[in-house]
Amino acid sequence: MIYQGKQKIWSDYQKDIPDDHWYYARSCIRQNFFPASEKYFLEIARKVLGKDICDNEHHTTCGGIAYHSDTIPQETAMTIVARQFALMSECGYENLVVSCITSFGNYNETIETWREFPELEAKIRENLWKACRREFKVPKYVAHASDLIFKFRHEIAAKSVNRLVNRETGEPLRVVEHIGCHYSKMFPHKGFGGAEYPCVLSGMVESWGGQVIDYPERRHCCGYGFRQYHVKANRGYCVANTHKKFESMEPFHPDMIITNCPGCPYFLDRWQYVISEQTGKTYGQGGYGIPVLTYEELAGLMLGYDPWDLGLQTHQVAVEPLLDKIGVKYDPAAKYLGLNKEDLLRPELPTNMKCH
Amino acid sequence: MKPAVAIIGGGIAGMEAARQLLLLGYTPIMIEKSDHLGGHVGEWHCLFPDMSPAADLVENLKNGIKGATVFLETGIAFINRIRDTYNVMLDNGISIPCQAVLFATGYELFDAAKKEEYGYGIYNHVVTNRDLELWFGGREDARFPAKPSTIGFVHCVGSRDIKAGNMQCSKVCCMTAIKQAIEMKEKFPKAEIYCFYMDLRLFGKKYEDFYIKAQRDHGIHFIRGRVSEVGENYDGTLQIKAEDTLNGKPLKLNLDLLVLMAGMVCGKDNAKLTAGLRMGLDTDGFLRSRDNIYGVTDSNRRGVFFAGACTGTKTIPETISEARAAVLGIHNYLMK
Amino acid sequence: MDFGFVLNPSSTVDLGKVDTTLYDRLARRCPDVKTCMACGSCSATCSAAQYSGMSVRKVLLGLQRGNDVSAMLSNCMLCGKCTMVCPRGINTRNLILTLCRIHDGEGSK
Repeated sequence: MIYQGKQKIWSDYQKDIPDDHWYYARSCIRQNFFPASEKYFLEIARKVLGKDICDNEHHTTCGGIAYHSDTIPQETAMTIVARQFALMSECGYENLVVSCITSFGNYNETIETWREFPELEAKIRENLWKACRREFKVPKYVAHASDLIFKFRHEIAAKSVNRLVNRETGEPLRVVEHIGCHYSKMFPHKGFGGAEYPCVLSGMVESWGGQVIDYPERRHCCGYGFRQYHVKANRGYCVANTHKKFESMEPFHPDMIITNCPGCPYFLDRWQYVISEQTGKTYGQGGYGIPVLTYEELAGLMLGYDPWDLGLQTHQVAVEPLLDKIGVKYDPAAKYLGLNKEDLLRPELPTNMKCH
Repeated sequence: MKPAVAIIGGGIAGMEAARQLLLLGYTPIMIEKSDHLGGHVGEWHCLFPDMSPAADLVENLKNGIKGATVFLETGIAFINRIRDTYNVMLDNGISIPCQAVLFATGYELFDAAKKEEYGYGIYNHVVTNRDLELWFGGREDARFPAKPSTIGFVHCVGSRDIKAGNMQCSKVCCMTAIKQAIEMKEKFPKAEIYCFYMDLRLFGKKYEDFYIKAQRDHGIHFIRGRVSEVGENYDGTLQIKAEDTLNGKPLKLNLDLLVLMAGMVCGKDNAKLTAGLRMGLDTDGFLRSRDNIYGVTDSNRRGVFFAGACTGTKTIPETISEARAAVLGIHNYLMK
Repeated sequence: MDFGFVLNPSSTVDLGKVDTTLYDRLARRCPDVKTCMACGSCSATCSAAQYSGMSVRKVLLGLQRGNDVSAMLSNCMLCGKCTMVCPRGINTRNLILTLCRIHDGEGSK
């Protein structure tokens, strides 16, 4: 691997991101999958970085899943998007920061389509007015939430209490970065680092002390797709795609995986269990899986937030081996205690994959 | 004083034209932007179909132009027409008045790093056809493994690729890949060698013989399908993906070395060079011939001529022939 | 309850892992087979092709890609039409016979 070669490509795919004043578009599924990620994005952005971010309870799904599953036409998806833009305009913001990768792709696709076909934008404006009497301005800037964390990664590193370094050996942790497909495969110039060698997550990993792994199936989709997972008959190849990635990364012995998409961490995490049940194989050390974290969870860990507040107990793969390597202090007894200290009960244990 | 002819470019087209002009008694003045003559051919090791050393060709051409005025490391500021003559202004401030101008500016090799998915400049064992020729010629290059057991060649890198900005077939790369594959097989007889092609375009004299020889005598594998992605394995070898289109299935393969057949693309200075003459470029970015059948070496300006790959992808024999044809055109023009 | 959680098999051919013993044996005895350029003339003219799926081209490719071609071979009527049309002059009739002999175990000696 020639690192300078990657740096050259990264320099070709940079974007200027406004410093402050963002309207936050949440994901429809992340709050169920990884419940604390969005909360800690806001916490870090506001409290640690001191940014002004508007979180609006009126916004809905962007329609991306339905659009990509072919259950709604693009025109409907665009009208939903137009409503989000209208909410943002009403709140007085111009910069949109998006939690979900598919929403990010969806917003960009909508804006680019309107740029090519202004008559379509006019039609959607009419649709929106007819549907809910709202009007909108197209955002001046659309960023993914991971773009913001990438932009301020060094500030986060400076305020961190933990590093992506093995406490025992002093060696950097080996981290697989997995980028959601809709981050830059649709519009390579809208993603930090482009589509082939994105640097949005690898930049965080390096800045926080870890070592990035570039394995042969790095660019491969996590397998979620929408028509794959959501249709039972297709689910087998959803799992098979994930399996292909794990087989490819296995020789590199990753300590963890970092992701920036709603679906990827879910499937990379849950399918390790499914694969272990079917094949008996696990990919982490000592019979464990490889912990899969969202970038907000990882940023939270670096900054010293409690892992159970970050929601790491909702992961299928046990995160304790990673916490031990980094040296994060945690209370094992508190893992399954809710916010009100009420016992949440323990999940059933897998047959083959070791969990705490 | 014999009429002067400015030749822009010191590759094989420019040198052969200068040689012929000298023989006819004209005064060729050659302007070359690099510090040496010979152009791309000067970097090549062996030439198909006779496997003759490229250095011999360049050396012969150099010997043939003794007596010609040559400016090395010199660029063109502008060219303009003054009545029936031309004024070529060099970037060193020297002005060259001449009766005719010959463009022999050739082509540029496609920058293989632009096809990001192949990882040229990123993965340790990805090289280009040019790197391979320089290595054959003795250049040290750490990207070449000592004893490769599997080697892949990717045809059409940056050629026939609208997204890379090049519609044209680079024409010589299929044959070059086969030549280089055979040379590698001769160096490493135990290696398995794979050529990934979209079409095999082997149009020239003896090219098909090379293809059959590569198949039958050297057991080189030809796979119809374009490599879509390259990654690096834990042991530093490469994993490539392609569709084996004849088999109708995706294919993956581990390789110790991958050679990218970077294609010929138009010179990036073409527009600037011709601006003062208002000649316009062809749709492919190459210089525009008066006629692509009957006037390839003529421009649409009196007294301005073309030779070689400045008007499109060319083989060496085509380039040499065009240099001679252009000189005949210049001679006829100056005799008027 | 069945949620459809299975691992679908991959159709990808890992070329480095394909067992080409049969092809190599054939190529040693009929070196001309290596010059096939997949033009398909043999299959186009084959008497058995349109009724049985027989294709000399697919046999040669299949042997190099790990596809099972034995069923296809049994459909050849040995008429020799493919030999007449091959532009590379491959003796396809001899190729099939040799392959059948290899398949029958003779070639392993």
